[in-house]
Order: sequence, then structure tokens, then C-alpha cells
Amino acid sequence: MVVFIIRRTLMMIPVLLGATILCFALVDLSNDPVQDRVFELEQSTGEPVPQSTIDALEAQWYYDRSVPERYWIWLTGFGDTNGDIGLLQGKWGPSIEGTALPIGDEISSRFWITLRLVLFATIASIAIAILAGVVSAVKQYSRTDYVLTFLGFLFLAMPVFWLGSLFKEGAVQLNKIIGSTVFQTYGSGTTGFQGNGWEVFVDSLPYLIVPTLVLMLGGYAAISRYQRASMLEVMNSDYVRLARAKGVRNGTVMRRHALRTALIPVATFAPLALSGAMGGAMVTETIFGWRGLGVYSLEAINAGDTFAVMAYVLISGIVVLVGVLVSDILYGVLDPRIRYE
Amino acid sequence: MSNTAAPRLDAEAINTKERGQWEMVARRFFRHRAAVISLVIFLVIVLFAYVGPFLWKWDYKIHSEIPSWAAPSLDHPFGTDKAGRDMLGAMMQATKQSLNVALVVAIGSTVIGALYGAVAGFYRGWVDSILMRFLDIMFVIPFLVITGALAGAIDTSVRWYHMAIILAVFGWTSIARAVRAEVLSLREKEFIEAARSAGGSDWHIITKHLIPNTMSVIIVSVTLQIAFAILSETTLSFLGLGIQSPDTSLGLLIDAAGASAFNEHWYLFYIPGVMIILIALTINFIGDGLRDAMDPRQTMVRR
Repeated sequence: MVVFIIRRTLMMIPVLLGATILCFALVDLSNDPVQDRVFELEQSTGEPVPQSTIDALEAQWYYDRSVPERYWIWLTGFGDTNGDIGLLQGKWGPSIEGTALPIGDEISSRFWITLRLVLFATIASIAIAILAGVVSAVKQYSRTDYVLTFLGFLFLAMPVFWLGSLFKEGAVQLNKIIGSTVFQTYGSGTTGFQGNGWEVFVDSLPYLIVPTLVLMLGGYAAISRYQRASMLEVMNSDYVRLARAKGVRNGTVMRRHALRTALIPVATFAPLALSGAMGGAMVTETIFGWRGLGVYSLEAINAGDTFAVMAYVLISGIVVLVGVLVSDILYGVLDPRIRYE
Repeated sequence: MSNTAAPRLDAEAINTKERGQWEMVARRFFRHRAAVISLVIFLVIVLFAYVGPFLWKWDYKIHSEIPSWAAPSLDHPFGTDKAGRDMLGAMMQATKQSLNVALVVAIGSTVIGALYGAVAGFYRGWVDSILMRFLDIMFVIPFLVITGALAGAIDTSVRWYHMAIILAVFGWTSIARAVRAEVLSLREKEFIEAARSAGGSDWHIITKHLIPNTMSVIIVSVTLQIAFAILSETTLSFLGLGIQSPDTSLGLLIDAAGASAFNEHWYLFYIPGVMIILIALTINFIGDGLRDAMDPRQTMVRR
């Protein structure tokens, strides 16, 4: 098992490298922050910017070299640097927002905010998908099945940003009716809250409810369709009929014989749910005013801040790949035919 | 043929007509009630978006004679927004732009994905490995970030075709996987062997034998791609990384409506939202109906 995990982790490195190369090339070629900044300066001062300023900006952001060189220096930090770049040395590169907001600090303070939301949402959407899928399959072609199927289609068709805006305003209205703030709808925690990890987590719970609900409903529908299909297939299989014929109680057959096998295809969709939730977090963080990673990446995209965008790409890539690894391990747990030696 | 034999033959003749494959598919599809209703609604939406602007007196632009924030009435069935824009006209334009994007993405990404998947599945071996590793890489790249970064890089106003190209270039991976899986089993069939022994080139086998036989997968994918493209395009527009004002999109309209879901301007929020849901919902039902209709294991009777 340990060998398997190590081998899979090593196999992720080329994939991650490939993704960063592709992203770096596209993001870097598609914008020029130096030119943007020069244009801004010209607009504000009304005078042409001296060449020395341009050179200084280029040197500061490493725009005085070619794209491959810039990628290499971003990755390794080897060569002629200002000492603020090089992933291998734990440095994320200069942000064009200036040295007051270094990428590393921003990322580490925002990472848990986003991960908290994404993990909750993924687990919740998989749980509700399994529940809805199994109930649909057990009560096939009943009214419950039709209602659940229709709801699934509805949530599949509903854009997360619309659902998010609706739920946010709905929560505000509910708070008004109740007369107290049960659902927090702005920010990811009480402003200026200090405390240890657990206290911060408890403080953030009221802020988590609505965004998690939104991402859960936005992500469960596709999985629940597959859960229903695989549960139906298993329920019609011979070994389930045999278990019934032997007189095993219905609940036990469903839980121990049918559900365990029916969960296998669903394990495939766990990484998809995770990457969906990462994308959805960008939207919900915008709507609910969180200072999370998703909003950070959006701001970086708008500013043309290549190194900051790359930091997000790297972290979200790692999160998704870890999700893939977990789902591979889940296969082994669920399917006794699979053994990781 | 003698005169005496004719009546006997008529009586004995098989009076059922031969049915082609597509006729069977169409017949099965029209038995799927939800899919047929969805098809009708979808066609109405298409007419609304493409023919509507010729029939309705207002376009999507701001006009000084339009009152701002008028509630829905006969003059402005969908109301007007703060700036003085007729929302019915704006909805027609927005729906048209979103549908434009969706249709181009559906076709573009399907062509890329089908060819990619077919090549990977047909050649197996190292070609397949390389192509599949590239798919892994595409899966790791955050879709909204890369599409948003490219859309944000277009300095002048982003048009719908910019969005369509960007979304198509990054949205084909699911089709490639589906087609590859199908081709992997097809390539072992006898008719491929026959085509090869008859001297068919690889390209000929892929485009004339493999892809036509994965048509059912591809057609279902096209419908799902339309829903995917609508949701992606509107999301990017909502985040400010898609189609820009003065042009409009369903995502922009919802973004502009802001927090009005429960106040007197509710119509600004719900109408574009319901339109997105209707398009994605009907397309998904149509896809579901097509999948059932094209499944050869399916009987004529819908259980």
C-alpha cells in the first residue's frame, strides 16, 4: 500500500509539471503586466515613462528574459535572481501587487479557508448523491424516483452563481424573519477573530453553511445519476438474488451486498466532484465575499499577475491529484478484487 | 405476374415497412415524453433568441425614452433595468449570444474530442499513452482559471466567438475519453479487420468506420456539451471574464441584477436565471432521450 502511494505520487510529478508548463505558457503569453503598468503610469502622470523605470519593472518581475527562461527560474530559482523566486526553494515569485502582499503569505492564509469549504462541499455532495441515488434505485419508477430524478436534472442545469446569489439573499431574508443572524452571508469568519485552529474553525461554521449547501447542490446531481444506475445493475445481479434466496434480511442485502459494490463506479467521480468544487469555490467566494484562494486567483487573472495565477494552478492541481489518489485508494477498500501490493 | 395470383400475394405480403436505423431512433425518441417536450421548449427558445429581435420593438441597448426600473408590463413584459434597457430585448440578445457560444463549443469540442479519442483508442500503445497523459494534464489545469485568463487577455471587448473558441479548445476532454472507450472495443471487431484487409488506410478506418460507429456517444456528448458551454460561458461572464458590456450575456444580466432576488426588481434576477436553467435542463432531457433512443439494447417499449 505504501509502495503504491509512493509510486502514484511520483507519477503525479510529470503531470503536474506538464500542467504548469502549459498554464505558464498560456497565461504568460496572454498578458504583459509591464506594458499595463507603463500604460497606467502614463495615464496618471500624463508623461512618457522613462526607459529606466521600464527596465526596473522588467528586472523586478523577471520580464527581461524569455518565457522558457522565466518558467525555469520560477520552477527552480537557479540562476541570476533577486532571491524571491524559485518553487524548489519555497519561493513563489514576485507579485505585481508589490512586496506588501507576497504570494506565499497570501496563499498560506487563504488555503485553509478554501480547503475547508471545498472538502465539506465535496463530502456533502458525494453523501447526498449516494443517498439520492440509492433511494431512487430502491424505489425505481415510483413517485419518489421521479421527483429525485427531476431534482437531479434541475440542479444539474442550475448555474452555481445563480444558486449562490439566490441562497445568499434567501439567507438574508430568513435572518430577518427569525430576527437573529443564524446564517452568515458575508465573509468566511468573524472579522479580526483570533484563536487557535479549533476556535477559528468553530467560528467559521455559521459562515460555511450556505456556501457549502450551494456547492453541494451544484455538484451532487451527476454523481447521483451514476449511483442510481450502478445500484440498479447490482440489485438485478445474481449474487444479490442469491443472498435474498438464502433469506438474508432486505436491509442487510442492500447495505452489505448491493451498496458496497454499487459504490465502486462512484469512487471514479470523487476527483471530478473535488475539481468541480474547486471551480465552484471561485464563484461562491466571489458571491459571499470570502478572502479565499478562488477570489485570489480571480484577482490575479484580472491583474495579469502570472506568478500568482501559477501559485493557484499549482495548489489546485495538487488538491485535485490528491483527490485522484484518495479515490484510487477507495477502489481498493471497496473492491476486494483490487489489491495494491 | 398473372391476374389470379395478385390478390393472394396481397394477403400474404408482409405489410410492415422496413425501418432504417435512424427511423427507429426517431420513433424511440418520440416515445420519451420528457425529451419531446424539452425539444419543443428548446426550439421555442431558439426562435425567441434568433427570430425574436426582428419582431420586438426594442433592442438590447439603452434608450433614453425607456423608463428605468419599470416593473413588467405590456410595454416591457420583462421590465426594464436601472439604465433604461428593455429586458425583453436584452434577454433575446443575451440568449442569442449564449446559444451562439454553446452551439459553436458543442460542435468544435466534439470534433476535437472525437478525433482525439478515436486516434488514441485506435493506435493504442505509446500514442495512446502520450495522448492520455495529456488528458491527465488538462484535467489538472483549473478550467475556469485558464479560460478566464485567456478571455481576460483579449484587450478589446470580448465577443461571443472569442468565448466559443476558448471554451471549445479546453472543453473537449470528456468527449475524448468517451469516444476512446468506445473505440477500444470497436477496434477489435471483425468489420475493422475487414476494412484493414481490404487495404483501408488508418485515416480511412478512423473517419469512415470508427467515428460513425461511435455516433450515438458523440450525439449525446454534443447535447451535454451545449449544457456545459452555457453554464461555463455564463459563469465566466458573471465573474467578469467573459462577454463584456455593451454586448450582453445571460451571466452579465444576472451579475447586473445583483442582490435583487427578493426585492421589487426580482424579475431582473429570475428571468435570466430561469432561461439558463431552461436551456440546460431541456438539453439534458434531449440528451437523455437520445441516449435511450440510440441504445441498441433498448426495446421499443419504454419501461
